[in-house]
Amino acid sequence: MVRKLLCLSVLLSVFWIGFSNVAVAAGDEDDKTGFIMHHVKDSHEWHFATFGHTHLTLPLPVIIYSSDRGLEVFSSSNFQNPETHLFGKEYGHNGYYIDEHDHLKAVDEERSFIDLSITKNVAMLFIVIAIVLWILLSAASHYKKNPGQAPKGAASFIEPIVVFVRDEIALPNIGHHKYKNFTPYLLTIFFFIWFGNLLGLFPGAANLTGNIAVTATLAIFTFFVTNLNGNKDYWKHVVATPGVPVPLLLIIVPVEIIGLFTKPFALMVRLFVAITAGHIVILSFIGLIFVFESYAVGLASTIMVVFINMIELLVATIQAYVFTLFSAMYIGQAVAEHEHH
Amino acid sequence: MDLIIPGSGLIIWQIIGFSILLFILAKFAWKPILSALEEREKSIEDALKSAEIARNEMANLKAENEKIILEAKLERDEMLLKATETARQVVEDAKGVAQAEGAKLLEAAKKAIETEKQAALEDVKVQVAALSLSIAEKVLRKTLADDAKQKELVDELINEIKFN
Repeated sequence: MVRKLLCLSVLLSVFWIGFSNVAVAAGDEDDKTGFIMHHVKDSHEWHFATFGHTHLTLPLPVIIYSSDRGLEVFSSSNFQNPETHLFGKEYGHNGYYIDEHDHLKAVDEERSFIDLSITKNVAMLFIVIAIVLWILLSAASHYKKNPGQAPKGAASFIEPIVVFVRDEIALPNIGHHKYKNFTPYLLTIFFFIWFGNLLGLFPGAANLTGNIAVTATLAIFTFFVTNLNGNKDYWKHVVATPGVPVPLLLIIVPVEIIGLFTKPFALMVRLFVAITAGHIVILSFIGLIFVFESYAVGLASTIMVVFINMIELLVATIQAYVFTLFSAMYIGQAVAEHEHH
Repeated sequence: MDLIIPGSGLIIWQIIGFSILLFILAKFAWKPILSALEEREKSIEDALKSAEIARNEMANLKAENEKIILEAKLERDEMLLKATETARQVVEDAKGVAQAEGAKLLEAAKKAIETEKQAALEDVKVQVAALSLSIAEKVLRKTLADDAKQKELVDELINEIKFN
């Protein structure tokens, strides 16, 4: 198992270095580390590699909805220089342009619209969803075809995880009365984040679960699941905490209400920071090679990248676990019965 | 795009995508998987429980068997004892009867032998007497066949008489 992980990490690192190398070569001469933030952030095109002056990219659809013009679909290649693949105001198309920071803007600044583009992260989102669905549905079909038998294939891979989420996360935190209602949600959250984290570690992949929009949405899901299922005790605890003198309620109640929002906020920030930081650390070690342009640094950086990659595999799992665990705890607090402090 | 400002498009896609994922997984993955797991756990628990019950039954059966065997052994011992007693009694009785019978038979035999002996003796006496008579007669006839001899006898007898 350890040897396999090591091999995997080395392989990943080799790819990282390979791709990063050409990414830098494509960048500005002075900007040797710009590729780091370019990788971490979302983009309207999927950039894989650059060989000399040839850019290996996947142009993505730009979808715009505006009240006056309805739905419009373009290719992101319409908005860039065909040679350098740079976006900019001068490469506008049909009244829109993508600026240097990859923001879609209207030439007419008065117009308002919604950018529904399939960006790099949206495409990654579809890939993650497809892979999660493929693995879990094939596992489910095994259970349907062989009732009451030992798991095999995909089923034997996911079964311990499903049992772990159910018995170690859902059951102890939510309680045996209600945990069955929330287990599907927690399992979905876990597998989505876990696969998102792991697939994000692949070279050329997008930093999906390290994007704040994604983590914010997941946190909002937990927020709604928690508060829509909150029982009388839970809301009484929030708006009129039992056992607290009335003058203190003036302080406690606002704190409790703020607490409703800090919980998902913490979920959002934790996952975003952990995954993005991991990517930045790995890319920074690779960036050092190009800053110092030395073989010694290259060797040291490679060793560190291998090491950090192994940690990232761990972090990918831990962060999925932590997000699921805290979601379960928040839901558990909301549905707990006869809990008076 | 910015690092810490969520993009509206991505949020919308994420909401749609995750909702679809949640719906499909809940309906077509988690429901069969969780119910299959539960079913299997239940069947394992049931199997363990029935094994426990079977084991208890076995133990009960064994205890009962042992009890029955013990009872049977006791009964056998009792029967053996009774049988020995009866056999001894029978032998004893038989011995008594046999002895009495034997004694009676012996007595009768003795009596018969005695009677036979007496009869034989009587017979012998009669026979002897008859035999003696016939011998005497024959002797007499032989010795007294001629006159000289008769005279001699007479003389002898006279002589005897004389000497007496």
